[in-house]
Amino acid sequence: MHPMKYALLATILALASLVLALDGQIGVHDPSTVVRCDGKYYTYGTGGSSLVSDDGWTWKRGTALPRRGLAPDVIHLGDRYYVYIAANIGAQPKAAINMIWNKTLDPESPGYKWEEGGVVASSDGVEDSNAIDPGVFLDPTDGRLWLVYGSYFGYIRLVQLDPKTGKRLNPNDQPRNLAINCEASDMIYHDGWYYLLATHGSCCRGADSGYNIRVGRAKKVIGPFLDNAGVDMIKGGGKLFVGSGGRVIGPGHFGLLDLGDGVQKFSMHFEADLDRGGASVLDIRPLLWKDGWPVAGENLKEGAFEIESVRTGTALELAVEGMPVGGRRARRGPGAVSGGVIPPQEAAEVSKNWPAGNVDVRMANYLCQAQQKWAIAAVPNAGGYPGSPYFKITIAGTDRALAATEDAELVVLSAFTGGPEQLWRMDQLADGAWRICPKSIPNSKEALALSALGSSFATLEKFDPKSEKQHWLFKAP
Amino acid sequence: MKNSVHKLAIWALLALAATAQVPPITLTSPVSPQKAPGADGFIQRWLLLEPIGVNGLTDSAVQAAVKKEYFPNQFTVLPQDGDKVTTGDAQLTWHAVDTKNYNVDLYHFAHALGKPTSDVLFWAVTIVNCPREMRGVRLAIGSNAASVWWVNGKEVIGIYGDRQTVIDDGVSKRLTLNKGPNIVRAAVINGGGATDFCARFLDAEDKPLKEFTVSLLEAAK
Repeated sequence: MHPMKYALLATILALASLVLALDGQIGVHDPSTVVRCDGKYYTYGTGGSSLVSDDGWTWKRGTALPRRGLAPDVIHLGDRYYVYIAANIGAQPKAAINMIWNKTLDPESPGYKWEEGGVVASSDGVEDSNAIDPGVFLDPTDGRLWLVYGSYFGYIRLVQLDPKTGKRLNPNDQPRNLAINCEASDMIYHDGWYYLLATHGSCCRGADSGYNIRVGRAKKVIGPFLDNAGVDMIKGGGKLFVGSGGRVIGPGHFGLLDLGDGVQKFSMHFEADLDRGGASVLDIRPLLWKDGWPVAGENLKEGAFEIESVRTGTALELAVEGMPVGGRRARRGPGAVSGGVIPPQEAAEVSKNWPAGNVDVRMANYLCQAQQKWAIAAVPNAGGYPGSPYFKITIAGTDRALAATEDAELVVLSAFTGGPEQLWRMDQLADGAWRICPKSIPNSKEALALSALGSSFATLEKFDPKSEKQHWLFKAP
Repeated sequence: MKNSVHKLAIWALLALAATAQVPPITLTSPVSPQKAPGADGFIQRWLLLEPIGVNGLTDSAVQAAVKKEYFPNQFTVLPQDGDKVTTGDAQLTWHAVDTKNYNVDLYHFAHALGKPTSDVLFWAVTIVNCPREMRGVRLAIGSNAASVWWVNGKEVIGIYGDRQTVIDDGVSKRLTLNKGPNIVRAAVINGGGATDFCARFLDAEDKPLKEFTVSLLEAAK
């Protein structure tokens, strides 16, 4: 093969498996948990740097924090946003974590004013602790507020904060040791378990960074946090949650982004994005759960798919009469395996009999037919949502586009024109299936999701986290 | 009186057929003026026309079969039990039935009458009486095999191919049921073997709608 052809093939393969990273200015190191304020998303990184986004997909540089410390974390409680950020008070491991707070994160807001809240944890440079990398956690079961912190020198530690002030609840209480040999810890709660997520490996070495996020779980907030092999994190345990992969290397600094209705995502940074010159970048991905453990999901990749309902097992299709792949033919007798390979059915082969205008959508058993194969492609400059851009969904090989109608039903238009009713949001749910929502519905402000109401019928309905009606699978066609 | 004699004759035939051919019979002659839907909202009272011979279960074949005019006013008629229509050389009779089950067994119906059950089309009509206007509801049906459905004259569902009856297989888009009578009409086409259908309405929350009655005799007056 000619070298140019090798290069072209490599390019095509790379495009075929392209992971859509966040858009815009996403350079950051040690990002905080992503929080929402007045409809915008914010995160803060080492040096007090800030990123802000209107939709969670396209980011730009924001206003820096007044404290330019290390690896901040942020939480919204009541009418305040509390930021915890570490400061070197000598050479690490002599360090301290300060709290500052504000009533808004929007610098344009008249109420934007940072207040100092003082030191909430520190390390003296000798003890087995390095008081940086704070992670703040509100226990949903009892409303208690906690801070985990630490970085390699000694232990990941836990102290209790006052949820009314964000300050240390009792400064005289001794911190509890939870884990060792890691940093950038954070805690979340799920279904009766506390999960401690911490970053193992080395940071700050670009594509040579061994950063990876690991997790242990405990029945109590104070531990012990054991991994899936039963090893205590205080002895170095930790189940891998997410590591390097694809074109990004060295994930670290987990932060939970709970979007409600059971849709959870998480933020992190990669030490090196190979498609961005090896820069350290923010990413947001789906958070899934399997067998009591968090699993890092993937944002949707572009491609051609069967779209199958988890509830009914039937596949979304253009409501046209199907043609068997390979054409209608008599059943072959026993042992009559001959005739060679039947190629995949393409729309161009069978679409001449399809109606020219708008066509209904329905569901049917998947038979590998052209009206059942959907091409999903990101739409440039159409905005997005946390982690992903909006997509168009068209019948593969055509420009016929799935759209929401003003009566909250579905239709396939003869061509994609870019309207918001033709833009689709795909969020991966806890079980790995997908929620599919139109960006908007004509003349409506309701947020609805694609719903398999009958075995042969799909519609748009309010998302019900307890139902499988709105859980969909994207399968290779 | 005409109806009573007719019913006696039909149900004697059904009973005879039941013992000889298709036990258990799942269909009975309506005896009450009104019938509420079943526990899961299924419509259990229908007028069924004896089968018409047709061929084909594909989308286009079914659409062609149901759009062909077999008898006058076939998309608007509200027949009475015992009414007859002529299609081609055949005279066919409408039968009012109650089903004991969630579904209407068309095989029982046709076989008990000594009629064919394969490659046939069954027309079915019922009248749903609502105490008030109901918006955002959906007709939800299952059929063996293909079927096309109309509510108040508008086609709302078509499901095609050789298929079994699955509850809520075909579901309409949101529609409005009028206060008072609403006409639900179906054409079910069978290729071979068993044949039946089931139908109910779902409310705006996708729960079975039960706030209505079916009263064929009342509506037919």
